[in-house]
Amino acid sequence: MQEFQEPAVDHVVEMSHICKNFGTVEALKDVHLELRRGEILSLLGENGSGKTTLMNVLSGIYFPDLGEVRINGTPVAICEPRDAFALNIGMVHQHYKLVEVFTAAENIVLGLPGALTINRRALARHVREIADRYGFRIDPNKKVYDMSISEKQTVEIIKVLYRGADILILDEPTAVLTPQETDSLFEILRAMKKDNKSIILITHKLNEVLAVSDRVTVLRKGEYIDTVETCDASIQSLTDMMVGRSVSLEIDRPIIGDKRPVLRITSLTCLTPDKTRALEDVDLEAYGGEILGIAGITGSGQRELCEAITGLHPIAGGAILYKGYVNGFEVEENIVGKSPNEIARKGIALAFVPEDRLGMGLVPSLDMVDNIMLKSYKQRKSFLVDRKTPQKVAERLVEELEIVTPDVFTPIRKLSGGNVQKILVGREIDSNPRLLIVAYPVRGLDINSSYTIYRLLNQQKERGVAVIFIGEDLDVLMEISDRLLVLHSGRVMGVVEPRRTSKQTIGLMMLGHQHPGQEGDKAV
Amino acid sequence: MSDRKTGTPCPPSPEVPPVCVIKEPLVRITKRGTVTRKQKLLVYVTGFVLALLLGALLLLIIGKNPVNAYLNMVTGSFGTKTSSAETFRLAVPLLIAGIAIAFAFKMKFWNIGGEGQILAGAILSSHVVIAAIHAGAAIGTAPLHLLMISAAIAGGALFGFLPAFFKTKWGTNETLFTLMLNYIAIEYINNLKQLKSWQPPRTTFPKIINFKDALGQIVLPKVFGVHIGWIFALTLALAAFLYLKKTKHGYEIAVIGDSLNTARYAGMNTRWIQIRTLLISGALCGLAGYFQIAGADYTLTETTAGGVGFTAITVAWLSKLNPFIMIPVSVFIAMLKKGSLAIQSTMKIPASAADLLTGIILFFMLGCELFLEYRLVFRHSQTKIEEMLEEVSA
Repeated sequence: MQEFQEPAVDHVVEMSHICKNFGTVEALKDVHLELRRGEILSLLGENGSGKTTLMNVLSGIYFPDLGEVRINGTPVAICEPRDAFALNIGMVHQHYKLVEVFTAAENIVLGLPGALTINRRALARHVREIADRYGFRIDPNKKVYDMSISEKQTVEIIKVLYRGADILILDEPTAVLTPQETDSLFEILRAMKKDNKSIILITHKLNEVLAVSDRVTVLRKGEYIDTVETCDASIQSLTDMMVGRSVSLEIDRPIIGDKRPVLRITSLTCLTPDKTRALEDVDLEAYGGEILGIAGITGSGQRELCEAITGLHPIAGGAILYKGYVNGFEVEENIVGKSPNEIARKGIALAFVPEDRLGMGLVPSLDMVDNIMLKSYKQRKSFLVDRKTPQKVAERLVEELEIVTPDVFTPIRKLSGGNVQKILVGREIDSNPRLLIVAYPVRGLDINSSYTIYRLLNQQKERGVAVIFIGEDLDVLMEISDRLLVLHSGRVMGVVEPRRTSKQTIGLMMLGHQHPGQEGDKAV
Repeated sequence: MSDRKTGTPCPPSPEVPPVCVIKEPLVRITKRGTVTRKQKLLVYVTGFVLALLLGALLLLIIGKNPVNAYLNMVTGSFGTKTSSAETFRLAVPLLIAGIAIAFAFKMKFWNIGGEGQILAGAILSSHVVIAAIHAGAAIGTAPLHLLMISAAIAGGALFGFLPAFFKTKWGTNETLFTLMLNYIAIEYINNLKQLKSWQPPRTTFPKIINFKDALGQIVLPKVFGVHIGWIFALTLALAAFLYLKKTKHGYEIAVIGDSLNTARYAGMNTRWIQIRTLLISGALCGLAGYFQIAGADYTLTETTAGGVGFTAITVAWLSKLNPFIMIPVSVFIAMLKKGSLAIQSTMKIPASAADLLTGIILFFMLGCELFLEYRLVFRHSQTKIEEMLEEVSA
């Protein structure tokens, strides 16, 4: 497994026998990692495999229970992030930690020792120097709140470079980027590599691993699996290492003949709390028996769209028409201005899996039974709650969806992300919806659970449910959706047929270009 | 830029020696796994004993024998029939207010205005009494008490409603709001003291009349030497437990307490639920005020609540908001209170020692939470590390 250290190989980081437990959870079990000078190493693993934990050990956020870390051959104890800085280790976290009202340059020097005042001109020059050397595009005087996600990421990367880091750790940097932005990030990484920087790239996207890295270290469930040269690896071989068995990576897309319209949205406009437009003139149609994918950079209005349809976000203009059938006649009900409760009482069968599962869809400290009855507890006339029926539902869901839990009375915050998501999706599907909205349903889930979710969504589609799928992984969106709507800063850039459109075209639409052949004709 | 001296924060030079700390920290904390019931009990008992030891140390410093002091506290609060009755009488408002506060706390609505709500109940109740006194006692005992109870509920509920209304409407901070209401209640009583109609006849001293002397009907009957408020308090503990665990309302409180957004998502009327719960919380505190007036003090002063509204927070928190556990906890805190009065007279130890001891115990009990979640890890010796490494590799 572990190769003997050859004197010829120059290791900047060596981590050996790293163990870290969180309570009873063994996050890392005897893990090894070696980083050579001037290489890009991919750290590959499913969600929950310990990638981020291992890197948090290296950057001083966690102290390992056991194990040794050597930097440039010297054993070190990295007790806090400051120690990591001193060792020239810099980590760019998945969630950016920037001060919104400061400029890029101010964020970059934040927390560094220095004089009482800042020489902005010298600072800007220094930032530009770094940017030019590696090919970043950055305006040092731009405020963070004016920046796109990829610009914010640039600030974070320059921040660690400015501090003199030559060991860079990037935690899932491409998760929020468009294909074009990803390509330019990779160019920058290659330029840094040429400059003799050593880079660790945490990821679970295999094509990126193959595209940019020199070697790959694979973790699975906290255990070290292997390190291989990228040139010897393939998507299938890496998947097998990552999952531990051979898996098929195909997502089904059954074709349904009879499609009935379920939801029609016309020129929907929503405002953010500070009166800017979160959604502008959005037109959308969802049909029963199809999955409508919604693509876009994070923060393009996806959340507001979901919340507007479900009655959780105030609406400034437009109509949301839900088509129901009364005695065989089609009726349209405008649900603008109605609360979730009123929508439910109208008999509108709408189910919603929000992106923030534990913050919006579920109650983390309550058990599964209490979470199952969240939307149905009111139906009973009595003053007392009935826990018998939801308990039966819970037990059924545990069996059907293979939810791993000690019992249905365990607080759900103690369960893993995949099981939590299965409870949420299971509950929503169990309400027999006609319209099912799911936002980032596989975020943070391992491959197995992700495929369970895809299968459930396809089942709903086959039942004739209209499914709206908001996703971030473009590959998945393109495979599972029947039609794909692209949002950019709250506006619809077009609706495309994903099979007949290239990934590059969709990427351009995500960046704000109208679909070339589609102006004025949004429906496919 | 101005002509002042300016400087650029320097990026550290790349030649920083690559070693900062070689050794791991001497002590660090890591997360603990599941805790058994036995371990839990052990942690709490240890915490309790340590709290008593620290209290003993403080007593030693002021030159008193701690063993005697503790013994005197127990005998002083439970030694005789009268002293036991007095202890239980002190526990009644603590239990009622503790339960009241737990309703709000369960919803993460930080109601620290128990004091003001108790006083508001007591004030409106007293208004009824004063009116009855001036009416010449032409009212029956039962209607009088019904009126007093309704007034107390209304007063407490009003003081609960205000912060809830403003919080749900404009997002005001309920902690500050409820705290400020306490002062309004106190100052209102100070104002009442100045009124001729509230003072005993033929005096100008600012003091409210003794209701018992003026209107004997207001005195609540006693059962086993304590006014019947204790029966109400025990019934309330059961009712509150059922309300929180078995009813839709209780479920809604739990959901809101955990996540307001989830409650909105589920279609709950979060605004009304918060207001409703605070109405209940305030009303119960108001009732505690009524029992103080009609069962214990027989008059109204600015110390009618006597810190009960704040001590009730301790009661609620030490019991983890469980109404049943609040029963022994409130009796225990009442014992400390009564016991400290006893040692004040027998051993000349200031009565504030009780507050000190309560504080120490609360501190240690809350400290226990840390040790239930985390444990301390000391730096391992080299041989131990090698042993562990072998175990892992195996």
